[in-house]
Amino acid sequence: MNNLQIPAWGIWAMLAGFAAFIGLLVAYFKRNHGLKRPIFASPYTLWIILFTVVPCILIAYYAFTDVNGQFTLDNFKNFWDSNYDARKTMGPELEMYLEMGFTAEDLGLGRGTVNVDTLIYSLWMAFLCTIICLVLGYPTAHIMADREFKLGSTLVILFVIPMWMNFLLRTIAWMSILEDTGLINQVLGWFGLGPVKLMYNSGAVLLGMVYNYLPFMVFPIYNVLNKMDYKLSEAAMDLGCNKWRTFYKVTLPLSLPGVVSGITMVFMPAVTTFFIPRLLGGGSTEMFGDLIERTFLTANNWNVGSALSLLMMVLILLSLGLLRKVDPDGEGGSMI
Amino acid sequence: MEEQRLINLEHISKEYDGVTVLSDINLYIRKKEFVTLLGPSGCGKTTTLRIIGGFETPDHGRVVFDGQDITALPPYKRRVNTVFQKYALFPHLNVKDNIAFGLKLKKTPKDEIERKVDKMLDLVNLSGYGKRSVDSLSGGQQQRIAIARALVNEPEVLLLDEPLGALDLKLRKEMQLEIKSMQQRLGITFLYVTHDQEEALTMSDTIVVMRGGHILQIGTPKSIYDEPKNAFVADFIGESNIFSGTMVRDELVHFCGADFPCVDGGFGEDKPVDVVIRPEDILLVGEDVGQVTGVVKSVLFKGVHYEMMIDAGHSTWKVHSTTMQPEGSRVGISVVPFNIHIMHPMKEELGK
Repeated sequence: MNNLQIPAWGIWAMLAGFAAFIGLLVAYFKRNHGLKRPIFASPYTLWIILFTVVPCILIAYYAFTDVNGQFTLDNFKNFWDSNYDARKTMGPELEMYLEMGFTAEDLGLGRGTVNVDTLIYSLWMAFLCTIICLVLGYPTAHIMADREFKLGSTLVILFVIPMWMNFLLRTIAWMSILEDTGLINQVLGWFGLGPVKLMYNSGAVLLGMVYNYLPFMVFPIYNVLNKMDYKLSEAAMDLGCNKWRTFYKVTLPLSLPGVVSGITMVFMPAVTTFFIPRLLGGGSTEMFGDLIERTFLTANNWNVGSALSLLMMVLILLSLGLLRKVDPDGEGGSMI
Repeated sequence: MEEQRLINLEHISKEYDGVTVLSDINLYIRKKEFVTLLGPSGCGKTTTLRIIGGFETPDHGRVVFDGQDITALPPYKRRVNTVFQKYALFPHLNVKDNIAFGLKLKKTPKDEIERKVDKMLDLVNLSGYGKRSVDSLSGGQQQRIAIARALVNEPEVLLLDEPLGALDLKLRKEMQLEIKSMQQRLGITFLYVTHDQEEALTMSDTIVVMRGGHILQIGTPKSIYDEPKNAFVADFIGESNIFSGTMVRDELVHFCGADFPCVDGGFGEDKPVDVVIRPEDILLVGEDVGQVTGVVKSVLFKGVHYEMMIDAGHSTWKVHSTTMQPEGSRVGISVVPFNIHIMHPMKEELGK
């Protein structure tokens, strides 16, 4: 363990920052227009520029240059072309890494179509995760928004509470449930069964993803259904719809903005998932998020890593654009 | 008479979480009648309508429709349609599809739907609006579409739940007349819920005055206005002066420190009663000839008439008159016997 030393003034600075934040909140609630002056937005603007805009520019820069800072499209070629020689982009550093004992595999060389495969696998996993979340999430949201179901708000809280925990902890908790000596296998053991191999496969990864992203499907749909005028379904019944017809003629079409929000909010993080595959999949499967992380940190190839990230960003921007089209007011996502 | 009854409510009771909303409601509605349920909010009028529409089930009692018990029938199997308070138009459908909603469910042929929708749009004076989105319409127009959407299904009864509540006064008055003439042209039974007594008086054949889950009085607008059964009905339907008094003997009542001859009887001698007098029935006369004298406290100009508050010692009288008496002047008050309405005191009436 490393002992992280925080200087004394750091503590005071944090306290002062916290107090200022509380003060701002109070001012905001006291006078709703208090925060409308543009000057109040300047810290946030600075923050965005420093930590969002600049990194994006850097990523674009790295993605389109080689090690020597020359413009090149090789990083993308390396991604698509299975046998493209990464030596070109890495230059003399490569020899150094090879001498240090890294294998060619570690450095992303000669890996065939692995990158494309990983992208397709990630898209497939994200697709499955989104479908499962939709199938589980819509009925849940519908039950939660039901006027006659008195425990609806309790259910909402039960869904929110796990979200207060770090997602790594939640995923590690799943490990201790699924592993060979874990909860499920122990129970099976009492009956003389098992141990069943539950972890280190795609199924376990999918389970972890669905578990982590389900609330992002439930809440946008719940939000839309909850705001919907129940008189609309009464009107549908009045005009001759039974319960099922009321659902697919009125409730479902009107909740589509929430569904689209939910799909986007699950699909986006699901495609870029990382760490869950490593914990629950045990490296047997790799997803795109892990690939980016490995390219940066293990292969130490910032140029290819940036190219991969840029591709990911384009994918996400495309799905965001789609969301804007279907749900222009951002109504569904307003709860998160 | 009996076979004309289209809807019969028999001993309907309803509770929500232990609070009685309706207690033992008995009511029948005849064919082609315009019936209004009138009362303050919380009186149970909307619940009664929702029970007929099928959105609520009564705890006790039954709903008989055309001789058939429909108490347990879901809304989509009932031959009634509802116009909802805030219209409840489907925002994802355009005007035409909103109106055609019920017809499409019944698998009506396309050309017939087209024809009927056009006819309905014509009826509500919105021809050519079929392709418009519902959100682009004004409140009054949305109201008409809601009526058209219900009427196109040719219901035997149209239920209207405070349909004009969200409209401004002028539009409301126009719509009142339109709805009334629609009902007369189509010959459909209308059951109308409102808290607006003027609306009820203008449109109805029969008014049902409700309060606290009870029916207080059923009658034609004229009979309810002229012969209110108790002080609450009198006060709710139009403006009134309500005094508590004593029935000295038949045709003589004592209130506000004077004896007034009247036309009612049968209350017994020296019995407490409520006395109701409409403000427009009070005559302001010379100080010396009035039955009671008082001072004009305030004068309000109301357009057609003046509203004057007259302080007569222990009582205040509200008077409507086309001639104005200046503030501070002493006047005499006189009421002809026919215009003095004697009622049993309120509490006794409600306790029954």
